[in-house]
Amino acid sequence: MTEIIKMDKITKIYPGGVVANYQVDFSLKEGEIHALVGENGAGKSTLMKMLFGMQRPTEGAIYLKGNPIVMKSSQDALNYGIGMVHQHFMLVPSLTVAENIVLGSEIKGKFFLDQKKAIEATKALAKKYKLSIDANVKVRDISVSQKQKVEILKALYRGAKIIILDEPTAVLTPQEIVELFEQLKLLKQSGHTIVFISHKLHEIKKLCDRMTIMRDGRSVGVYEVDKVTEQEISRLMVGRDVKLDIDKPEKHVGETFLDVKDVTYVDELGKTAVNKVSFSIRKGEILGIAGIEGNGQSELIELVTGMKKPTMGEIYVNQHPITQLGIKKIRQLGVAHIPEDRMETGIAPKMDVASNFIADKYDNAPFVKNKFLLDYKKIAVFAKDLIASFNVKTEGEKTLVSGLSGGNIQKVVVGREFSSDSELLVINQPTRGIDVGAIEFIRKKIIERRSNGNAVLLASADLNEILSLSDALIVMNSGHIVGYFPEASEITEEEMGLYMLGVKTQTAEEIRRACHA
Amino acid sequence: MDMIMHMIWNDAFWFAVIRVTTPILYATLGAVIASRAGAINIGIEGTMLTGALMGVLFSALTQNAWMGLLAAMLSGALLGAMLAYFALKMKSNIVLTGIAINILSAGGTIFLLTTITGDKGISTSLNSKVLPNIDMPFIADLPVIGPILSGHNVLTYLVLVCIVMVHILFNHTALGLRIRAVGEAPESADSVGINVFKIKIIALVLSGILAGMGGAFLSMGYMSWFSAGMTAGRGYIALAARAIAGNSSVGALFASLLFGFADTLSNYLQSVQIPVEFIHMIPYVITILGFIVISVVNNKREVMRKKRQLG
Repeated sequence: MTEIIKMDKITKIYPGGVVANYQVDFSLKEGEIHALVGENGAGKSTLMKMLFGMQRPTEGAIYLKGNPIVMKSSQDALNYGIGMVHQHFMLVPSLTVAENIVLGSEIKGKFFLDQKKAIEATKALAKKYKLSIDANVKVRDISVSQKQKVEILKALYRGAKIIILDEPTAVLTPQEIVELFEQLKLLKQSGHTIVFISHKLHEIKKLCDRMTIMRDGRSVGVYEVDKVTEQEISRLMVGRDVKLDIDKPEKHVGETFLDVKDVTYVDELGKTAVNKVSFSIRKGEILGIAGIEGNGQSELIELVTGMKKPTMGEIYVNQHPITQLGIKKIRQLGVAHIPEDRMETGIAPKMDVASNFIADKYDNAPFVKNKFLLDYKKIAVFAKDLIASFNVKTEGEKTLVSGLSGGNIQKVVVGREFSSDSELLVINQPTRGIDVGAIEFIRKKIIERRSNGNAVLLASADLNEILSLSDALIVMNSGHIVGYFPEASEITEEEMGLYMLGVKTQTAEEIRRACHA
Repeated sequence: MDMIMHMIWNDAFWFAVIRVTTPILYATLGAVIASRAGAINIGIEGTMLTGALMGVLFSALTQNAWMGLLAAMLSGALLGAMLAYFALKMKSNIVLTGIAINILSAGGTIFLLTTITGDKGISTSLNSKVLPNIDMPFIADLPVIGPILSGHNVLTYLVLVCIVMVHILFNHTALGLRIRAVGEAPESADSVGINVFKIKIIALVLSGILAGMGGAFLSMGYMSWFSAGMTAGRGYIALAARAIAGNSSVGALFASLLFGFADTLSNYLQSVQIPVEFIHMIPYVITILGFIVISVVNNKREVMRKKRQLG
C-alpha cells in the first residue's frame, strides 16, 4: 500500500503559548482504516484540524502522495480530497438531506437550483456506498445515526478520498455501531482511506488496521492493531497501566435511603417511559441500572433527582416523600446528581471553574459574607482545593469551563457533586466520552463514596462499567424493571444482554426483591 | 356595530387596507431576509425613514420620481451595509447597532430637511414627485374587486413582484439556500466553504433596499411629501409581522395584511364613539394575539414532529 498522507514533524503552538502538537509524525496508507487514539487533550483533534485545513501548523509540512500541500481552509482540504465528519454534526436542520449534501457546491440549472439533480445525485451516492437514506426529508426529522450518514455522504459528494471521523461511535447505539463498521469497511474496499478517532479500544480492535497513539501532544508510536493488546494500548496512551478490573472493598449495607414506589412516568408525547417501577437503595451500596438507551433509565434518573415529576407513584429520600419538592429541596435532603449531558445540564459552560464548583452551594455558609455578598477569597480557596483533589487540568479556577477537555469538564461536575454533603449519589453516564485516565479516577471516587456509606444509583451505557462498579443491578426494558440481581458480580454480560433485549424476564417475585421489604 | 359593518363592507375600506399594508409589507420582506440570514435588522424603521427623505430629495432634485425611488433604494442598501459592517466586521451588538441607525435616521433626516428647506417638520416647500398610480386593465372593470385592486400606486404592485422574487430566492436559488444555511447553522455553512460574512452582508443589503422602497412609498405614494417621523413605528411593526410570518414571504403578505387591516380599522373607527386611545391600541393588541396564536401553533408542530421522529 502506498503512503497517501504524510504529516512531517508537525508542531502547533496556539497563540497564548499552548503547545498542542510537538514534532508529530503521522502517515496514512491508501485504503487503510487508521485509528488515532489518545486521552482527551492529547492533541488528536488539533492534528486532524490541521489535516482538514481548519488550523495551520506552526512548523512542519503535510504531503499528499509525496507532494507538499498547504491548506488555508477546509475548502482547500476538500479540494485535495480530504473530508471530515465532526463530532458535532455540521448540518442545517431545516434543509433536506439532499440540500445539505449539495450545500456550498450546489447544482445549478440555467438560473435556478436543480433540485431534481441534487436528489438524484444523493440517491446515486447513497446507493453506491450502501448508505440508505431518504434524500427528501428534512435533516431535523432524522435520527442521529442517519445524520452521521448524511455527513459521510457530504464528504463523499465533495470527492473525499480520505475521511476523518471524529469519535463517530460516541453518539450511536450498539446496533448502529455494527452498521457503521460495515459501511466503513465497504468504503475501505472501494479505495477510501479512513481516520478513526476513538477512545474505545475494542472498537479499534474490531475495525482498524493500524493505529497512531498520542500522548501530551506527541505521537508515541504507530502500531499494527492486531499486534498490540488492549493493555499495551492503554499503557501507551496514559503512560501507565490502567487497571481495567476495579478494586472494591466488601460492602457494608446500612438502612434504606432511597425508596421508589410504583413510579410511572408518561412523557409529553404520551409514551409511558417508566412503568410501575419499584426499588430501593441502602446506604453503602451501588445499585446499577442497565438497559439499552431509551428504555426509561434516563427518565428514572430524572424522576429521582426531581428534574421530572412522576405521573403516578411516590419516591422517598431518607423517608421524605419528594415528588412535590423542588430540586433544591431534594438536594438538601442529601441527593447529588451527575447528569447524563454534562454540557447541557452539568455545567454552565460560559462560567469559570470556580463558579461551577459552587453552583449548588453558593448561598451557603462559607461562601457568603455579610449575608448578601459572595466571599470570593473563600471560593477561590475551595476551588483550588477541588482542582487539586480531583486532578482537573486547568490553568486556574478562573478558566472558563467550556475551554476544558471533556474529561476535565466531567471532573468539574464530579468535584462539585462529590463535595456536597450528600448521602445519595445519582449518576448517569459518569465516563461517557472521556479519556482513560479520567475514567479510572472517577470510578475510584464513586467506589470511595460507596465505601464511606453513601448510597449510589448508577446508570451507564458501558456494560463493563456497570457490571464492575455495581453491587446490585436492575435491568430495564420498555420502562419496566425486567430483572433484579443482588450480586452484580455473578451475572455475565451475555446474560444481561438477554434481559436488556427483553428476551428474558424475571418473575414478579424475583423483581420485588429490589425493594428489600 | 351596524355602522362598523357598513364601514367594512365598503370598497374604500379595503382599498385603504391594501394601501396601508404596502409599506409594512416591504419592511416585513426586508425583515424576513435579514432574519433568514440570522441577522436581526432592527434598523428597518430608520432605514425606511431615510429612504422616505431620500426619495423626496432626489425626486425634487432630478424632477424624476423614479430617480427618487432609486435614491431611496440606494440609501437603504447603504444603511444595510453599514449595519453589516459594524455588527459583523467590527463585532458590535447587532440590536444596538440597529437602534443606533434608527436614532441616526430620526435625527439625521430632520437635520437634512432643515438644512435644505429650512423647515423642521415637512418637505412641502420642495417640488417633489410622486410615483404614478396605475389602473389595472381588465381588473379595473371587475365588479366589487375592481375598485379595490385597481388604481393603486405602482409600488403596491411592485411589492407583489417582490414577494414572488423573495420566494424564488429562498426556494430556487443557491444564494437563498446559502442564506438559509448561514442563518440557521453558520458553522455548518462555513464548513462547506460558504463565506458566512459575505452572505450576511448580501442579506442585510437586500433587507435595506426593501426597507428603502417601503420608505419611498410613504413619501412618494401614500403621501406626496416627507414629514418628520412619518414611518411612525412601521419598521417595528414589520419586525412583529416577521415573527408571525415565520420567515416566509407568503406569510409576510398575510401578516402585513393583518396589520394593514388593524391600522385601517383604527383609522376608520376614529369617527365612531369609541375612545381614540382604545382604537390606537388595536394594531398592538393584534400583534400580541398574533404572537400567542403563532407560538401555540409552533409548539403543537414541534410535538408532532417529535412524535413522528419516534415513529
